[in-house]
Parts: sequence; C-alpha cells; structure tokens
Amino acid sequence: MSDETAAAPGAAHLPGDLSPEDANTKLRRGSRFSGSAVVMTLYLLFLLVPIYWLLNMSLKTNAEILGSFSLVPQNLTLANYETILTDPSWYMGYVNSLIYVVMNTVISITVALPAAYAFSRYNFLGDKHLFFWLLTNRMAPPAVFALPFFQLYSSVGLFDTHIAVALAHCLFNVPLAVWILEGFMRGVPKEIDETAYIDGFSFGRFFVKIFMPLISSGIGVAAFFCFMFSWVELLLSRTLTSVNAKPIAATMTRTVGAAGIDWGVLAAAGVLTIIPGALVIYFVRNYIAKGFALGRV
Amino acid sequence: MKTDNQKAWLLVLPVLILVAFSAVIPLMTVVNYSVQDTFGNNQFFWAGLAWFEDMIHSERMWNALGRQIVFSGIILAIEVPLGIFIALNMPKKGFWASFCLVLMSLPLLIPWNVVGTIWQIFGRVDIGLLGYTLDALGVDYNYTQGFYAAWATVIVMDVWHWTSLVALLAYAGLQSIPNAYYQAAKIDQASRWAVFRYIELPKMKGVLTIAILLRFMDSFKIYTEPFVLTGGGPGNATTFLSIDLVKMALGQFDLGPAAAFSLMYFLVIMVISYVFYIVMTNADKEGGA
Repeated sequence: MSDETAAAPGAAHLPGDLSPEDANTKLRRGSRFSGSAVVMTLYLLFLLVPIYWLLNMSLKTNAEILGSFSLVPQNLTLANYETILTDPSWYMGYVNSLIYVVMNTVISITVALPAAYAFSRYNFLGDKHLFFWLLTNRMAPPAVFALPFFQLYSSVGLFDTHIAVALAHCLFNVPLAVWILEGFMRGVPKEIDETAYIDGFSFGRFFVKIFMPLISSGIGVAAFFCFMFSWVELLLSRTLTSVNAKPIAATMTRTVGAAGIDWGVLAAAGVLTIIPGALVIYFVRNYIAKGFALGRV
Repeated sequence: MKTDNQKAWLLVLPVLILVAFSAVIPLMTVVNYSVQDTFGNNQFFWAGLAWFEDMIHSERMWNALGRQIVFSGIILAIEVPLGIFIALNMPKKGFWASFCLVLMSLPLLIPWNVVGTIWQIFGRVDIGLLGYTLDALGVDYNYTQGFYAAWATVIVMDVWHWTSLVALLAYAGLQSIPNAYYQAAKIDQASRWAVFRYIELPKMKGVLTIAILLRFMDSFKIYTEPFVLTGGGPGNATTFLSIDLVKMALGQFDLGPAAAFSLMYFLVIMVISYVFYIVMTNADKEGGA
C-alpha cells in the first residue's frame, strides 16, 4: 500500500533519464497493457453476465420467460418488483433482514472494540488460547450449530425474534470483528496511548475521544464485514425464524408453488438483495482486501 | 512491545460471555446428543461412544467426506492460480483500479442462496443463457440430472463466487511491493517470469496463505449454494458434508448420529484452524505488520 513513499528512495539511486514512473510503467505494464485489459474485460464479463441474466429475468413476465428466449426483455415490465414492494409478506423479509443485520453489527463492534484493544496492547493469562478459540468459531460450520441453536433460543423464548438471529450471527462475526480491529489497532503506535494517559485522560475518555477516531477506517471495515456476513447467511437465520423475523432469503423459497416456480418474482427478489451490498461496497473498496485478510495485509 | 496486564481480561469479558453463549452452550448440547439415544418423549439413554463407532463405519459419511475433499481440492486448484493471474492483470491505480475492485467484490456480497438462484436461472436449459447456449451447441447439459453437469456447475459457481477474494488478497500483496524492487529488476534485465518468481510471489506469500486457508475452510463448510442449485443431487452427487449433516439432523431427526458426525466434522475444522493460526502468527512475527 506504500507505493508513493517507497518510490522516493528508489528514485535517488536511478540515473536521471529513467524516472521511477517510467521504469514502473515499462516493467509492469509495458507491452502487456492491452493483454491485461483483455484479461480483465473477460473476467469482469464472466462475473457480470450471470448477474445481468438475473436482471433480465426480473424485467420479464413469466409468460415471456418460459415462452421465448431473448437477451433483452421484449416487453419490459416492473410488475415483478411491484409484487414485492406492495406485499408486506415480501418486503417485510427485507425489513427483518436489515433489522437483525444492523443489530448484529452494532453488538459485534461494541463488544469487539475493547477486546481487540486488549489483544493489541496487553499480554494476559491465556490471551493466545483465547484468540485462537475465537478464530475456531469463525471457522465453525453453521450446520453443526443449526439444531442446538434452535433448541437454545426456543428454550429461552427468543425463537423467531430478530435478536435471536443477531446473537447467532455473533458466533462468527464477533471473532471476525476482533481479528480485523486488532489488525488495525496494532498499526497505531503505543506512544499515543501513553501520552494520553500522562496528559490525564481516563481510559474511557481516551478510547472514545482519541483512539476510536484513529482507527475509524478499521471500525468501518469491521462493520462492513459484519454487515456482509450477516446479510449473506441463510442457514442459521432460516432455522431460527418462522414468521415474525423471517429473512428475505427464506421468503424467497415462497416462489416455488404448486404451479411451478415464479421465476420473474424470484429474480426480482434476488436483484433487490444485491443492492445493499453494492451500495456500501463503494465506501470500503480500498480496504476490502485488508478485511478479508482479517486485518493482516 | 506489549505490557503484562491481567486487568485486560475485563476488556475481553463481554466477548467471552457473548461467544460462550453462542458457541459453548450449543456445542455442549451437541456433545450431549452424541452420547445418548432416544425413543422420543424426551427420554434419553446413555449410548456411550456407539454413535461415533457407527459414524466411523458409515459409508455415507465417508462418501460425503470424499466428495467434500475432492470439491475443495478442485476449487483451490482453479481459484488460486486464476486469482493470482487476475491480480497481476489488474490496473495499479486510478479510476480503473477502483472500478475493477468494486465490480469484482460484487459476487462476494450476494446472499449465498441468491448465488444459487443466479446459477439456477443462468444454467437451466429452458430459460438460462448458459444452458440454452450449450444446448444449442449440441452439448448434453442438464445440471439437475447429469452427474458431471451438476459438478461442473457447482464448481463454476464457486469459482464465480470466490475467485475475486483470492484476487483481492493477491492484489493487496502486490500493492505492498515497493517500486524500488521493480527498478532493481529492470536494471538487472530480469525476465517477466523472474520478476514474478523472485519478487512478486515471495511478497504475496502471507496473503496467499490466508487466501488458501480461508478458501479451504469456507469451501469445507459450503451449504447454501449447492443446496439451492442442486439440492445435493442428482442422487447424492453434490451432497457435501454440511448438506448431509442438515439432512440427517433436521430432515430425519437422527440426533445421535448427527451429533457424532458434527463433532468429528468440527474436529477436522479445529485441526485446520490450528494450522491456520500457527501459520498466520508466524507470518505476523516475520512481517511485523
């Protein structure tokens, strides 16, 4: 990530006729540039064509989907979207999903912040074992936990509530948030903490007023990843809900009826689930890799 | 340097309580089931290790495990080289770099059941672009009936879904290489291959390790996408470990065997996680990042 800063010492050793930018361009891109463009175009096409096809289907009537085959909708219709946006049993699926995803993100970040600080700054008894144990939960297959979760949340009366799903998703999101935040926090020099304590800041005031602004991008990335993994998960959210907190992912199975599958509405529902992710991705585009690397790039 | 401070436990306590509630209690429930038998009515009997013995000798579990290993192996063999190749071809900075990053991340943010739906709609012979085209070309392709077609579709779907993750990580590794390295290579007249082999690959080692292990573990617990696409079929062709487990536990309510199965499954994941942890903490020590 330190392209600019690293270029400076290199430039000092080079003869004047070869500026660092030239060397870089010639070596990295050079004649390969057009080849790279072709590779990237092909790859992006591979990624986008299936999504385009979903969009295409969502703008067709079922009669057209099953009756003819065309690359663009012949009779453009928004009826499928209308079905979803006017029927509470459909759009409440989105509302439910958003509610538990936001709850999960808030809970995960709130508990992960102090823990990540502890891991990044202090040695304490069993810290390494605890850190590893957290990681194993990120790796745990949700299928193992589906049935016990169902029984646990039923027995404490939380079945079919948003908080049940939010808590269940904490299983993998809290460890993820701790790991990502810890990665960002270790980039902040310890001297800052010490100076603040010498200046008479209490821990709480230092943490909120000074430390959190310093790692704001890390908090943003961690929140984004919590949001994302809670949003894309289906198995646990489906198992823990029936009516009141039913997520959109589970609602989508409704399109399979006696008369076959309602392809148009299914496609429209799919397109609508892509939008929230597509909106937030723009803000964290430069940090996505760091987040996936659990804060370790 | 870190300082010793046992009070740090207080900062970790909320996480500990929360994750213990969502992880330890359910896990103990699983352990409980794995050593008991029931004839309904909440009457449980001690069964010792019988279920574990059953599962170890169960062909069904070994078959699912075999399919799982083959699947994870194939997708790693495709996604890792492809991801590196894509990362090498990405624009380095400016508008097009952001453009590629955003579009490449898109599949990663799609709910997993929708990923299944997308490929279902894309692959069907009657309404899907892929299925229709292959059919028109005379290829006998039907992912709901053909063994190879089902496998090919599940694998292409996973490549579509996750290659960008490997590419993004490799890209981040490449970005951290100082320009001076390339200039030195240029002065030494190093070949393109030498630059890749001796500069880019070693510098990507850390992030690639993370990418490989993440992809291995996530593919090892894949459930939703093949479940939506093929339902584990045709027959049992794409019934991976998680799909089989959910069938056993929630479909047939064979709690004892399912619990024993879960624990062994979890054990495998634990071992892999441990390797992952060791590798990653060593990388931290070396890199200091």
